[in-house]
Amino acid sequence: MGRYLLRRLAINVILVAIAASLAYMLAATTMNPRGAYEGRQPPVAEAVIDATLDEYNLNDKTPVLVRYGTWAKGVITGDFGRTWNGGSVNNEMGRRIMVSLRLLLIGTLVGFAVGVALGAISAVKQYKLTDRFIGVSSFVIMAVPVFVLATLLAIATYNLNRGLGFSLIEYTGEYNPRLSGFDQFLNRLNHLILPTISLSLGLIAFYSRIQRNMMLDVLNQDFVRTAMAKGLRRRTALTKHALRTALIPAATYFAFAFGTMFTGATFTEKIFAWHGMGAWLVDSINQNDVNSVAAVTFFTAVCVLFAAFLSDLLVAALDPRVRVS
Amino acid sequence: MRSKVVLRRLFRNKQARYGTIALVVLVALAYLGPFVGPYDWTDKDFLAFLSPPGGDHWWGTTTIGQDMYAVTLRGMQKSIIIGFLVAIISTGLAAIVGAFAGYFGGWVDKVLMWGVDLLLVLPSFLIIAIISPRLREGASWLWFVVLLAAFSWMITSRVVRSMTLSLREREYVLAAVYMGIPRWKIIFRHIVPNLSSLLIIDATLNVSGAVIGEAALSFFGFGIQPPDVSLGTLIAEGSRNATGYPWLFAFPAGLLVLLVLSVNLIGDGLRDALDPGSNS
Repeated sequence: MGRYLLRRLAINVILVAIAASLAYMLAATTMNPRGAYEGRQPPVAEAVIDATLDEYNLNDKTPVLVRYGTWAKGVITGDFGRTWNGGSVNNEMGRRIMVSLRLLLIGTLVGFAVGVALGAISAVKQYKLTDRFIGVSSFVIMAVPVFVLATLLAIATYNLNRGLGFSLIEYTGEYNPRLSGFDQFLNRLNHLILPTISLSLGLIAFYSRIQRNMMLDVLNQDFVRTAMAKGLRRRTALTKHALRTALIPAATYFAFAFGTMFTGATFTEKIFAWHGMGAWLVDSINQNDVNSVAAVTFFTAVCVLFAAFLSDLLVAALDPRVRVS
Repeated sequence: MRSKVVLRRLFRNKQARYGTIALVVLVALAYLGPFVGPYDWTDKDFLAFLSPPGGDHWWGTTTIGQDMYAVTLRGMQKSIIIGFLVAIISTGLAAIVGAFAGYFGGWVDKVLMWGVDLLLVLPSFLIIAIISPRLREGASWLWFVVLLAAFSWMITSRVVRSMTLSLREREYVLAAVYMGIPRWKIIFRHIVPNLSSLLIIDATLNVSGAVIGEAALSFFGFGIQPPDVSLGTLIAEGSRNATGYPWLFAFPAGLLVLLVLSVNLIGDGLRDALDPGSNS
């Protein structure tokens, strides 16, 4: 097992390197950070622009490969370079990662847990009203893109808040900087509600459909009957034996879901005005910010591959056959 | 005769029936609707900025006085075309690459599958987002279609490859080999047709995936470029003023959801009809 994991790790490191390098090359060859300096009033001398861009390693007069070399050397030592206006990418990234991870982690966990639970309930009550309701609503939710969902949530909250006369649920930003201590903690939680709902609803729908099918396959199998025959209560047999086996396929989708989630987070962050990694991707593309684009890609690749790694571990933990081999 | 059986099963399937009806209605609305409406999508009514839905402008007007009904239908046409084109291209690509990799094996297989893995790792959102706004010539939306398709075929091609591996050893394929039929012909005549049910289902679900993908990229301004419109660009514009002028958001968003929902219904129904054993 140890050697297998090591090999997986090595492959993952190579894949991250390829993804980040290609993103850098693409960004460096097509984007034009010079434009931000050229149009200024009063005009800036070309030599000054060149010197500034050289300092940030963004000068399009330097060959791409040379710039790439400088960038790659920096990344290996843990320095992602400068943003288009000279700020440190590392500082920016440190700040934004915390914002995004809070959203992504809570969203993934809520989505996974609620989705699996709903799917299992749906399977146990097959063809009853609960099952029909869960099935139809998850089908409809899967047809609603994140950005429509998020906007709808924002509109609904706006109207709710206006109807109540005070803001019950916050719908922009991350926290209110004027509060402090416990109040601020509560305020942060309040700001988390809407983004988390908009991120996890899609996941819940997706997982509940997978989990329902898997659970139905498992329910009629011999080992579940045996578990009940040996005197376990129905609830225990279902949760300990059926649900556990049926979780395996859902766990393999974990990696996939995390990747999708990141794209979803881009919309959620933009719409609810959170300054996380997803919003940064869009902002940096719009600002021709080459080094930031590469840094966001690096982060995304690490996240997706880490999720893939985690889902391997999850499957190993759930499936006795994998553990033995 | 199989097609008859499948069709009968498809029409007995409630989901597929409602899905097909909804899709036909939506496509008819998109292509025939503009002839009924009083305004053209390029017209600007300078006497009615942001007027709510009513007698003259059925679905209201935009900030620059465009008739929302005409503009939305125009955007829906574009979204539908993009959805269908991307689905056809990406499923075709998946079938060809998967079948060649699976049938030839050896280094062809290795090279193709390595390419697939690489494309899966690449940040597709980023690449499309960087490239497509830079294609501002006349037919830029066709390039956008190519880009979208190029990043949506990989997983299916893996499935096709593994199914080809088992088809390769079937008697009728071996018989064709011994009759001396060239291998590329065997792939197109014997392998790909035998995967048709998988490919049809995949193509259907790809339509809704592409419609959402287009809208998602256009939402940030990385997709369809102005003055052209699509449901995505309209939703992006509408969502900025959604609280004050809900009709700017409600019509394009509602039509997008209905479009995706109807295509998904058909896809699910097709899966039940073509592949009764599967349940996912």
